[in-house]
Formats: sequence, structure tokens, C-alpha cells
Amino acid sequence: MIPNKRSPKFKRNRNPITWLLRHAQMSLSSLGRLSRSPISTAMTAAVIGIALALPSGLHLLVDNVRDLSNTWDGTASVSLFLAESVTDEQAEAVRQQIAQRSDVADTQLIDRSQALAEFRRLSGFGEALDLLDSNPLPAVVLIRPQPQLEGADAYARMAEELQAYREIELAQVDLQWVERLGAITRTFDRAVFILAVLLAGAVLLIVGNTIRLEIQNRHGEIEIVKLVGGTDAFIRRPFLYEGLWHGVLGALIALILVLTALFMLDGPVQRLAGLYQSDFSLAVIDPFSLLGVAFGGPLLGLAGAWLAVGRHLAQIQPE
Amino acid sequence: MIRFDNVAKRYPNGHEGLAGVDLSLHEGEMAFLTGHSGAGKSTLLKLIGLLERATRGQVWVNERNLNKLKTRDIPYHRREVGMIFQDHRLLHDRTVFDNIALPLVVAGMGHAETKRRVRAALDKVGLLKKEKVFPITLSGGEQQRVGIARALVSKPPVLLADEPTGNLDPELSREIMELFLQFNQVGVTLLIATHDVDLIQSFDKRIINLRHGRVADDCAGDPV
Repeated sequence: MIPNKRSPKFKRNRNPITWLLRHAQMSLSSLGRLSRSPISTAMTAAVIGIALALPSGLHLLVDNVRDLSNTWDGTASVSLFLAESVTDEQAEAVRQQIAQRSDVADTQLIDRSQALAEFRRLSGFGEALDLLDSNPLPAVVLIRPQPQLEGADAYARMAEELQAYREIELAQVDLQWVERLGAITRTFDRAVFILAVLLAGAVLLIVGNTIRLEIQNRHGEIEIVKLVGGTDAFIRRPFLYEGLWHGVLGALIALILVLTALFMLDGPVQRLAGLYQSDFSLAVIDPFSLLGVAFGGPLLGLAGAWLAVGRHLAQIQPE
Repeated sequence: MIRFDNVAKRYPNGHEGLAGVDLSLHEGEMAFLTGHSGAGKSTLLKLIGLLERATRGQVWVNERNLNKLKTRDIPYHRREVGMIFQDHRLLHDRTVFDNIALPLVVAGMGHAETKRRVRAALDKVGLLKKEKVFPITLSGGEQQRVGIARALVSKPPVLLADEPTGNLDPELSREIMELFLQFNQVGVTLLIATHDVDLIQSFDKRIINLRHGRVADDCAGDPV
């Protein structure tokens, strides 16, 4: 009676609206399940939150510092300290001469009286100067080199050439600290990246392990659902949503942590910057890193759950 | 409806569950499966529900060759085969209603239809007033009836029962068996594994006796 006849097809429910409805129900019921064990949910979410907050917070900090160093245009300046005997007119002549050079973009003369006024204003040692008979400060020609000029060697060569002027006592390249700052931020950047990758891995493992335990706890239920004809997708779904929710909660906690930390740091940083005559503040909140947290958290949660589900669900078969 | 062609099942540990079974149940037939423990009763039922796959021979259920059924189609196959177990296999953290609704929920049935069907199933097994309680508060016989209601709620054409009366006293056992007779009268194909020979001999139904993984005896029911 049976052989050679085509097997009848199974009926499958492919109505997209029921499908969506079931997903909505499942996501809510997963959230409900999490809310029934608030402490363990909060602890898992907090661990994820901290793991996400650390790299993104550090990234914001490094970003801000880089922004600080960028306000120096990324290029260095060369300061020419003129000999004490050089008069203001001679100094101006020197400045004009130097301004002719092809590798110089801009020059500025700070003559001796200007230098004195600036020193008085900024250093806080104004009264001490009054005790001196004469102005001890030399005139300075500030050079902003052409932007094409790159690398410490080029600056050093330029300084060497300028040193040859009789009127110039010292040609100083104010480059090193900019370079150092750049190098430091690049190093930190890389370190933060490595940290972020490691912590993302940690989040995967945390969520994976949480879901693995959940699968073990519901071993019997999974068996029974398989017995009555639950598809793998149906069984997988609540666990994936649980991972997703863990990620969402973790991301929320991370955002709160980062914003709180920025808020708490901003005052002290402004005071510190004030001491360096800067109006720098931690105002730069890179939207990409915040978006990264907001989407990365849920994504990592989902991925972690997927790993656990993929590994452990197939092993559970009804007997 | 159900057909076995020279089916053998050998487990990885070398144990032979079935040694070569030829068997056929037509649509709407009801049969009892007897034999000592280890004779292969459970294995035979598991092959029909695809909890196991045969290592040799062919198993046909609902006009489908189970050997050729893809793994991803197994859930759909199980929706057409209701299974009842000695240990009920109920979810103890869900109400009687939710337990019975499970096959409909996994099949994606709407809420109203689910409610209607679950009530109808509860009515059939006489537990209409117990839908809100948890299975743990029910007696063994009542829990078994919840298991039966769950198996029949999706109206599968085939019902399998593995020692459904194993833990019940004779009176309750008879009630359960009579319930199965009622289902059979409305056209459900039933295969019931049991060792309660005294009980089933009072019914006018086919009895298949297994011994050492083979059909030793196959007697059609005598008209009473």
C-alpha cells in the first residue's frame, strides 16, 4: 500500500505575522523569566556592564587626550631664542629673514618686553622680576614650519641651520612632547583595543556560561518540548532572547557607568587643565563608542547565547 | 499506518533492542504490545516516535519512510504521533492547562483555538476542573490522564503508550485503558506497550507479543 508513493509533505506554519507574534511573546517571556531571578540577572548584567564600560570608558579618555594634542595642530613649533644683545630692530630683521625660508609657514616675534609681560602674567613670579635691574628675558622668534615638513629629523635639521645665525642663541624644537604624547595615545589606543577584544571574549564566555547553566536547569523541559514536536528553532529561541536581554541590560549598565565616570572626572580634569592654562574638558563623547556599547552589548549577548545553545542543545535528546 | 519491514535496532553498546521485526497496523487499529522487560517493547515505540532510528530495515508511519526522514523534519513527525509514558513526563512548574497546551504552543496555534482544544482534551480525560492546578498536586492516575490529554490535544492520527498503567492500581488501569478504547472508536491508531496481560485480555483487541527482539506471537482480538 505504501511504497513508491511520495511521502506527504508536513504542514509548516509560515505565516509571518504569527511568526512575529511568537517572537514578541518569546522575548517578553524571556524577560519575565529573567525578572523572576533578579539577583542573578543583575549580577550577570553588572559583570557584562563593567566589561563593556572599561574599554569604552578608556577609549573615550584616550580620545579626549588625542583631541587635546590635536589642538596643537599636530605640528610642532620651533622657538628661536635670540641673544640678549640683540635689539628689537635686529630681532625684527632676523624674523623677516627667516620668514623668507621655504620651510617656514609663519613667524611671530615676541620681543623682550612682550616676553616679560607674558612671563609676568603666566608664571606667577611677577614680583620676583621687579627685584631685577633689567629684563632677563631674551626675544623669541616663534616659527610654525610648513605642514609638509614631517618627522623629527626634518625639524632637527632646520633647527641646526637656524642655529648658524649669529643673533640666535638657541633654536629649540618643541616637537618631542607632541610626538611623545602622540606615541603615548597610540600605545594606549592599542592597549584599549586589546583590552576591548579580551573583554568582549569575556562577555561571550559569561553569557555563554549563563545560558549553558540555564539549558542544564531546563534539561527536562527541553526533552519534553522535543517529544511533543518542538523544532530546534523553537527551543533555541528563549535562550537566544535571554542572551540578548543580558546584553541589553549589560549595555545599559555600561552606558550609565561610563557617563557617571565622565561626569565625576570632568570637574577634576577641568581644574587640572586650568593649572596648565587650558580650557580642556572631557566634553568629547564619541558617539561611535557609545553606539558600540549600545549595539555591541546585545550582539555579544546574542552571540554568547548562540555559542552555548549550539553546543549544548543538540546533546539533549528525549529518551 | 504503521509498518515494520525486518527492522533491527542495535545500540552502540552492542545490546540488541530489536532483532528483526515485521509488523503492520492499519489505520484505526488498536493493538497491545507485550513481552518481558528487555523484549523490545520500548525500542519499538521509540522507533515509531523517532526517538531512535533503526539500524536495519524500514519503518513506515503515516505513509512516510522514517529512515528517509531528515533530522529537521523529526519535530513535524512527532506532532503526528502522540506519546504517553509511564512516568507521565509532565512539566512540574507549569499548570495542567499549560502542560496540555504545549504541543499546540510549539505548533504555533493561536490562543483562542488552543484554549478550546485544551478544554476539550481535559473534558475527555475528566479533568476539566483541574486546569489551573500544578501536576504535583494530582494523584498518579490524574497525572497520567494529563499526559494522555497532552498526547491527544493536537489530534494526532497515531497514539503510542509505553506502560501507561505501570504505576496504577487495577481499577485506575482499567479506566485508562477504557479511555484508550474510546479514542480508538473515533479512529485513532493506538499501540500500547504493557505487561498487564490480565487486564488486556479482557479487551477484544490484537495482542502482539515480543520475545528477544522478535514478534513471538500476534493474535487478533477475539470477538467477545
